[in-house]
This record gives sequence, C-alpha cells and structure tokens, in this order.
Amino acid sequence: MTDTPDKRFTSAPPSGSWTDFLYSAKFRSWVSQIVVLLLLLWGLYEIVVNTQANLARLNKNFGFDFLGKQSGFDLSTALIPYSSTSTYGRALLVGFWNTALVAGLGIVFATILGFIIGVMRLSKNWIVSRFALGYVELVRNVPLLVQIFVWYALVLKPLPGTKQAYTFFGDSFFLSNRGLLMPHPQFGPGAWLGLAGLAAAITGIWFLRRRARLVLEATGKATPTFWPSLALLIVLPLLGLLAAGWPLTWSFPELAGFNFKGGMTLVPEFIALFLALVIYTASFIAEIVRSGILAISHGQTEASQALGLDNSKTLRLVVIPQAMRVIIPPLASQYLNLTKNSSLAVAVGYPDLMYAGGTVNNQSGAAIEVFSIVLVVYLATSLFTAAFMNWFNSRMKLVER
Amino acid sequence: MKTFKTLALASVFGLSAMATASASTLDDVKAKGFVQCGVSQGLIGFSNPYDQNNWTGLDVDFCKAVAAAVFGDATKVKFSPLNAKERFTALQSGSIDVLSRNSTWTMSRDTTLGLSFAGVTYYDGQGFMVPTKLGVKSALELGGASVCTQTGTTTELNLADYFKANKMEYKIVAFEKNEEVLKAYQEGRCDVFTTDQSGLYAEVLKFPNPADHMVLPEIISKEPLGPVVRQGDAQWFNIVKWTYYALLNAEELGVTQANVEEMKGSANPEIQRLLGVKVKNPDGTEADNDFGKGIGLGADWAVNIVKGVGNYSEVFERNLAQLKIARGKNALWNQGGLQYAPPIR
Repeated sequence: MTDTPDKRFTSAPPSGSWTDFLYSAKFRSWVSQIVVLLLLLWGLYEIVVNTQANLARLNKNFGFDFLGKQSGFDLSTALIPYSSTSTYGRALLVGFWNTALVAGLGIVFATILGFIIGVMRLSKNWIVSRFALGYVELVRNVPLLVQIFVWYALVLKPLPGTKQAYTFFGDSFFLSNRGLLMPHPQFGPGAWLGLAGLAAAITGIWFLRRRARLVLEATGKATPTFWPSLALLIVLPLLGLLAAGWPLTWSFPELAGFNFKGGMTLVPEFIALFLALVIYTASFIAEIVRSGILAISHGQTEASQALGLDNSKTLRLVVIPQAMRVIIPPLASQYLNLTKNSSLAVAVGYPDLMYAGGTVNNQSGAAIEVFSIVLVVYLATSLFTAAFMNWFNSRMKLVER
Repeated sequence: MKTFKTLALASVFGLSAMATASASTLDDVKAKGFVQCGVSQGLIGFSNPYDQNNWTGLDVDFCKAVAAAVFGDATKVKFSPLNAKERFTALQSGSIDVLSRNSTWTMSRDTTLGLSFAGVTYYDGQGFMVPTKLGVKSALELGGASVCTQTGTTTELNLADYFKANKMEYKIVAFEKNEEVLKAYQEGRCDVFTTDQSGLYAEVLKFPNPADHMVLPEIISKEPLGPVVRQGDAQWFNIVKWTYYALLNAEELGVTQANVEEMKGSANPEIQRLLGVKVKNPDGTEADNDFGKGIGLGADWAVNIVKGVGNYSEVFERNLAQLKIARGKNALWNQGGLQYAPPIR
C-alpha cells in the first residue's frame, strides 16, 4: 500500500451531475438484481402459460381432484390399510410410508455398518483393514441400480418355493421366494400400558445416564449404564403388558393353499432394495468415518492412552466425539442420497413413492400433478432430514468451557 | 449473465415447443419423412424387434400401413419401444405420432388423457397362466395366490376387480418392465402370470419349456386393443382410423397384396372406391373415386396400404398364426367376428 490514492477510485466524474447515480455501485447492483429477478419471473410465467396452453390443447384440466378417485389397483406392501377400492391419494400415501420405511431402516443400518467398516479400515490388523478397503472400493464403484438387481437375483434365486420354505424357531419364521414371514404381534385393548412402560423405560434411562454423568463429573467414577438401560427397556414394557392382563397375541404365518396366511411379510423386493441401499451407502459412510477419525490429531489418542484409557475407550470417548464434528455434515448428505436413491425401488417393483406415483400417473393421466406431488414430498423429506442433521450437528459441536 | 442465457434458452425452447406442437401432425410427418410409431418393448405377434432394428408384428404392420398411406412406402416408419407406464406420456408430448402398442381402449384413457383411440385392431381379453405342476384348472382356484403383472396397465386393474368380485385374496407382484415380470414368474416369485391372452400365448414361446405352463380357460375382461393418436387433430385421427378400415375393407372385398394391381380393373364399384380408381364410362367421360382427398392423401392411399402390408387377414396370418391364435372374435363381421368397417363411399 502506498499513500497515493488509486487512480481508479479518484477518476469518477465531478460530483453534482444528475448522472452520478449511474456510477454508484449500489445502484448498479440493484439494477442487475432487479433485471435478473424480472427475467426469472418471466421465465416462470412462460413455463406456466406454456403448460396451460398445451394442457388446454390436449383438453386436459389441471387439478388435484383425481386424488379422491378410486385407484383400482393393489400394492404389494402397505404399512397403512389399503386396497384397490382406496383412493389415488391413499396409494401415494402408501408409497410415501414405504419410502420412509426403507429409507429410515436403511439410514440406521447403513450408519452402523459404515461405522464398523470405517473403523476396520483403520485397524492395525492387515487382514481387517484390507478387507474393509476391498469392501469400500468394490461397493462404491459399482452403480447402485446394478447392485439392486444383483441383490434381487441373489435373494430370489436360491430361495425355495413356499412348500419347501426354510423354517426357523419352530415353524414361526419362514423364508421362501415369497419373502421372510414373521409372527405379527396383535395388540388387544389395554396394550397402551405396554407403550407406557416403554415410555417410562426411556425416561428412566435418561435419568440413569444423567446421574452417571453427574457422578462422573463430580467424582471421576464411571457408573455402568448399558446393562441397567437394557434391563429397563425390556422389563418395564413387559410389566405394563402384564398389568393389562397380557393383551398381546401373535399371528403366526402358516401355509394355506399355495401361499402363507397370517404373520407379516418382508417381501424379497424390500429385502433386495434394503440390502443394496445399506451396503452401497455404508461404503461412503465408511470413508467419511475414516476421514473424520484421521482428522483428529494423533496427539489426542496419545494423551488419552497416557491417561490410562484402553483402545476402545479412547475411540469411544476421545476420538469419535471429536471426529463427529467432521463426520456429521457429509453424513447428512449420504442420508439424503440414500433417501433419494430409494426411488430406484421401481426397478424391482417395491411400491415406494416413485412407484406409486408412476402407477397413479399412468392410471389417472395426471402427470404434472402427480409428479409435482412426488417432487414436493421428496423435497420436504430431504429438507426435514437436513434440518434434523443440522440440529444434531449443532448439538455435537465442541462445547468450549 | 449465465442465468439470463439459461432463461432465454428455456423460454425460446418453450415457445418453439408450442409452435411445433400446434402444426398439423400430417405436415409434421411429411416434413420429417417418416411416421414415428410407439410400440412395445417386445411382444411376439404384436411388436417384436429382430436383428438390425427391424420389427415385426400386428401393431408394427399397422404403423407400416399408416406410413404406406402417407408416403406410399411402408418402410418410412421409425419405432420407439415404450413400456406401459411411459406410452401415453410419449404420445401426449409429441415424441411419437401414433401409439400402436397393444393398448386397451377404456373410457378414462379416451376422455381424460387428451388422446383418442382410432379403432380396435385386435379384440383381446385378460387371461391367466400357471405352471402346470401347480395343478390348478380354473382361475377360481387361485385364492391366495401371488400374481405377477405389469404396472400401469388395465391388467392390474382387472386383476383387482376379478379377485374382489370372486371374494378371493391375492398378492400382487408388479413390475414396470415386462421382462422383469416374466423373470419373476419363471423364478417362482409368483404362482400366476396375467396379461392379455394373446400376450400369454406370445410370452410362453420365450420360456425354456413352454409345455410346463398352461393358460387357464377364463377370460376375465374385455381388452379392445388399438392405435391411439393425440386429440385435437381430426385429420390425423381420420388417417389412422381409415387406415384400419381400409385393411378390413380390403379383406372383405378380397383385395390382397398379390392381387391389388389386378383388382384395380375390377368392375365392383366398392373395390373401385377402395382403390380410388378412375372409372371410364362408355360415353367417354371419367369419374374419379378420390376418397384420399378427404384425409389429405392421394387417391391411391388404400392401394399403398395393401401393397405395403396386405389386408387385415394377411397381417393377422403373418403375425399371429405362429402363436396358434385363431381369428375368433377378430374374424370379419360376416364370418362371425367383430371386425367391421364402415363402407368407403
């Protein structure tokens, strides 16, 4: 820097002229922004007008009243009551819950598997770390759609027909090419006491952990919380159910005719999609976890070991909590990816939102309406996930004392 | 600036899309030099690709007939293989000119999609196929079965209706692509495969052991299959509709691919009208029989159709005889069937 003012800033025309404002940076930035905004609005307007004109030319009306019409088709899995006499709207809702199910379970299991593989990748054991490396490189470099098909073939091919189904636990679990059949719990009146027990258990665990933390901070003594928590989680709901006179019955699957009746079914389509999503996403999560752990300076590990913590405690109490700050933001985008990737379900015929949307579109002809709904729902789901992960991220930030 | 360019481009595309869509389909087709025809992704007898992107089948021949009517050349046609879900959208958006893809004529498709069905080139009905070893003799024994089918079809809807009406339960296993459906059925994912009966006979030929499967006797629905065009272009609709009628009239009048030239000399006024021949009267005057004008084509439109693909019977025999499908309901009206064309006059 020198003392002489820069020529560029001093060569403005003499002030006082009415054209002054043309040279003001503020004015220019406003003008350019307004122009861009106007163009954007014009573009949107054109899209709307063009769509309307084309729809009118095809004698089609834009509207959402088709949602109340009877769908006429069945869906293979539904978490809420649904039949071919339900409405198109309900079919879309079934699709949404199926997406939520596979994405929700997928996120949980992909995270667990991803953390395990990620930590394995850093293991000092050569075989373990090479295995993790092989897993990551194999899985993340094969397109997901291919993996879905592979899993579908692998799930379906070796499984026997219904009459030769594999049975487990004394004829209560059946595995055949119709899927995995499990006993289905049926709750009678008074079952809410069981739920109340569960709620009480969760509250109890919260207090238990809080007390353990306070004791730890005050005296430095660690109180075990895992086994007591597990006990609470099992015992309290059971007590609740017992108090209500055991309103729980199980519907067992049994072979009737050429198919099973009763119980609940995990269809092969779900299993294949779920496996593919979990295994694929876990490979990315593993890399994120590895990078997160490597981001923590080795000094932290050494300091922790110097304090006498063993390897597992070092990882759990020192490294991972700090690594989480690095891990969570990219983890959030993997969760979003998994949710969006679940729309590949169509390929194997698992009735997710995209599948239901496609079928509703085809049967009702309301393409623009259906796909705007699908778009908005995926967007809302993703924004919700992102918001949750942001909240979680802010919770996990380093608390500076 | 980049935003501006994108927007400008987007709106220009938007406007030009409108412009092309509003021109007449016949002009579009003539300018392109070929008819773009939507067909299935492979269904023996109806539209099936074989080597070098050549297609065969009843639906394919129908498109060739349209091309012959327009250009006098049955080869001026290009095929777009479409799955059940995307077929109507492809037609609505203008990426194909005619959809000839074993599609069932229903009221909602005809009235709410902005499309029109131009006729019934094949009267079909939905049936069921089961492995012989299942030991089922009637569709009414299928209670509790898992049924494989394709999504976005009337099949899917009839299935739900049939099982509901007969108070039976079933589990649906539906895929977007026909190959997926077939694979699932062959791998035992489901007990039953359902589609239009002609489709069952066609698909079983692709199986390694066709004899291990049987088609159940019940026909559970009416499936009138026919070509579809966009609504709002009466001329193109008429061309497609009358191409179909010309095929039927030719059969009824005994005009075949082999004898069409010879038939031009026929004294039968109906044949003269069909073939658009000029009639020389004994007093030296000429009267023309130009019915092609009404649909924007030449007087020899029907001659071109028959020269290109033959009459309806020839098309049927060529494509469906291999499936051992009898004419049945698809015989001409005067032979006990349902195929009936209004007269050309």
